[in-house]
Amino acid sequence: MDNDSLKARILEIVPEAQQEENKQYLTILVPAAKLHDLALKMKSTTDLAFDYLICLSGVDYGKQLAVVYHINSILQKHTVVIKVKTDDRINPSFDTVSDIWRTAEFHEREAYDMFGIRFNNHPDLRRIFLEEDWKGYPLRKDYVDEVNIVEF
Amino acid sequence: MKEIINLPVSKIEEEEYHINMGPQHPSTHGVLRLLVSLQGEIVKSLKPHCGYIHRGIEKMCEKDTYPQVIHLTDRMDYLSAHINNHAVCLLVEKALEIEVPERVKYIRTIMDELTRIQSHQLWWSSFGMDLGGLTCFFYGLRDREMILDIWEETTGSRFLQSYNCPGGVMRDIHPNFQKKVHAFIKTFKKKIKDYDRILSGNVIFENRSQGVGILSKEDAISYGVTGPSGRGSGWSCDIRKIEPYSMYGQVHFNEVLRYECDTYSRYMVRMQEMHESMNIIEQLIDNIPAGDHSAKMKAVIKLPAGEYFQRVESARGELDVYVVSDGNKTPYRMKFRTPSFTNLGVLDHISRGMKIADLVAIGASLDLVIPDIDR
Amino acid sequence: MTFNIYDFTSFNRWIDEGLNSIMSPTWALITEMAIIGIVFLLFYAVVGLFLVYAERKVCAFMQNRVGPNRVGPYGIFQTIADFIKLLMKELVYIKDSDKLLFNIAPFIVIIASFMALSAVPFAKGLHAIDFDIGILYVIAVSSLGVVGILLAGWSSNNKYSLIGAMRSGAQIVSYELSVGLSLLTIIVLAGTMQFSEIVEMQRNGWFIFKGHIPAIIAFIVFLIASTAETNRGPFDLAEAESELTAGFHTEYSGIKFAFFFLAEYMNMFLVASIAATVFWGGWMPFHVSGWAGFNTIMDYIPPLVWYFGKTAFIIWLMMLFKWTFPRLRIDQLLTLEWKYLLPINLVNILFMAFLVLMHWHF
Repeated sequence: MDNDSLKARILEIVPEAQQEENKQYLTILVPAAKLHDLALKMKSTTDLAFDYLICLSGVDYGKQLAVVYHINSILQKHTVVIKVKTDDRINPSFDTVSDIWRTAEFHEREAYDMFGIRFNNHPDLRRIFLEEDWKGYPLRKDYVDEVNIVEF
Repeated sequence: MKEIINLPVSKIEEEEYHINMGPQHPSTHGVLRLLVSLQGEIVKSLKPHCGYIHRGIEKMCEKDTYPQVIHLTDRMDYLSAHINNHAVCLLVEKALEIEVPERVKYIRTIMDELTRIQSHQLWWSSFGMDLGGLTCFFYGLRDREMILDIWEETTGSRFLQSYNCPGGVMRDIHPNFQKKVHAFIKTFKKKIKDYDRILSGNVIFENRSQGVGILSKEDAISYGVTGPSGRGSGWSCDIRKIEPYSMYGQVHFNEVLRYECDTYSRYMVRMQEMHESMNIIEQLIDNIPAGDHSAKMKAVIKLPAGEYFQRVESARGELDVYVVSDGNKTPYRMKFRTPSFTNLGVLDHISRGMKIADLVAIGASLDLVIPDIDR
Repeated sequence: MTFNIYDFTSFNRWIDEGLNSIMSPTWALITEMAIIGIVFLLFYAVVGLFLVYAERKVCAFMQNRVGPNRVGPYGIFQTIADFIKLLMKELVYIKDSDKLLFNIAPFIVIIASFMALSAVPFAKGLHAIDFDIGILYVIAVSSLGVVGILLAGWSSNNKYSLIGAMRSGAQIVSYELSVGLSLLTIIVLAGTMQFSEIVEMQRNGWFIFKGHIPAIIAFIVFLIASTAETNRGPFDLAEAESELTAGFHTEYSGIKFAFFFLAEYMNMFLVASIAATVFWGGWMPFHVSGWAGFNTIMDYIPPLVWYFGKTAFIIWLMMLFKWTFPRLRIDQLLTLEWKYLLPINLVNILFMAFLVLMHWHF
């Protein structure tokens, strides 16, 4: 499917979605509450058939925290980028997609570890790289650590 | 003990027996701790604890310029160092819309395939060693030395070369390069038959690996297990065929697929891939066009604001680089989606119901490199 | 004194008469026992050292490298250096281990192999004990070794050791059956269990040629089963370094570890010498019945050379197995024994008995 029809289909499912500018892939920003629903429909409808979650990344946009999903369909051979953003920096949370794409389990743990983003209904949300009692979330832009980070 | 106390109650059962494999263990090939929950000899569940070699590469990338980032990518999956560099270089060149000379594409592809062969040689050596055929270790590493010598001559270093740079390669290939690569291919084609005789055809090995660690195709796609591990389950996921880069669109090679979904099929995929890589090199090595070894780049590389994504096929699977740029000379956010990290997620799923000895075979067949997991 | 390298009985008699003339019979007996004990201890130590060195060189040859070549000419003093190092190591005391069992476990393993080795004939007359139930004695006594292994794993208070010991115990107990039954095949052919008789009966041809098909099958089964008995080669998952670090002897250091290490090599020597004696004629030279001239030439080579040569060849075969094949998993190992080797053995004994009845052997 080409990008325009993909955009049309996604807007059918989530009318509040907005397209962001990107030369490479179709990038759609969806509200956090509709994420799980959209993901489920994207996987299960046959003409969309997004069955392979390539990459799940957390991004700190300065004021907002976001999670970016690069999703691909093996059969239909199209790729789409879904973004969800939140303004809440104290307790950011989104729905988990690990029940849809199992690979999200580890990636969401990493996003939690590095950004502090919680994922509702995640089977095992704990830190993956840092120790259990580490304070702070290193990849956030406002993370300060005099001991471990040396600023030049 | 703390971890056992912190586990959710439903996961602790009275008859289970928890042992630690790692972080110091001869088979985990790096610092990875597996908390295995056993009932007798059967594995009930498995929890990997990573982070022992977490160096914060993604955070460091936010302070380094793009040419400096290349040196960090070497150290992620050290056995596919060239391919890691290649990914970042491709991304930068695509973002700046720079066309690299043909010569560069040829050199990069040949180096990539040599990387793939030597990574599979080391994998084969440690696979044999893990299963008890200790001689395999020496045979595989002896042949790998030839590739390391080729690299030392051209790039100056046997390992972690940082040879690629945005726009091209750091220096031109050595005059002996083509001759040595030909000599290597000729020798290795004979030696690889020995590998098959020692391990692939051995009845003990077949019993240890057939039917062990079944990963169905749907599970492979759902868990995102790419690379030879995914191709062993029949999933055609080779990025070199799906989104060709450098010279991969113009050479003829087969994508190796097997459908038995067990350890043996993952093993055979990698053995066959070595043949395919040699095939690719043979098609390219005599036709390297003359030209510059690098395109003209500005002194300071600044990517235009926006988001970029590049996928390459490393020796372990699909390696992706995702960059969010705000127009500065350092990336705003750089994320590496590494194959070993994703493949680790499936280790728990496929080892349930297997024995401890099988766990070693399964871990070896997934070909995990721990710095790739932790970054 | 007549020191005949082909027949040690006169040498033994000379020592016996000499001692009896100096001291009372009881003291002479005690002195003789002491001499035999010391000779055996020395033999044990020397052969153990030599075997460790041989393993390293054979393994290096197969792996396309050189092996030890620094300590002494061609590295022959390497093992001595290793043992001095082991002697000087700190004996680590494990906190919650069962001290008595922890300490006696290595001794049990050594004593078992020591006792078994004493029944094997090295040359005519060079024989410590010549029981009339020689083979039964050897099998019985070498089974005591498994007690040592189980004790070592249990008393170490370590999960890895316990797993290793359990695996090893199951393996050794299973394969003893196959060892015993394959030796039983030859007993059926020979009609006696006494070692010296068995060797004498091979004067006109070794049993492996006399008993042709069933004897060859018995030999192959014996080789596989005894490699498993000694925890060697493709059956070494009890000490699988790449899985459980060192298995049942993880917690042992210094001299105690040296005992386990030595006992493994001596067990290999024991098993190879039993195979050489029972199947390949022991110290008996290669005779073909009817070729008197050929036999006389073969007789010139001293029996000791024959004996050690055959044993060395079988040891080399066992080393070849270890460095070529990957390891078997515990369930595959036990399947091999109970579903394949045991039935083959039983049928083979019947076959051999039938052969003996019909006089279809040479």
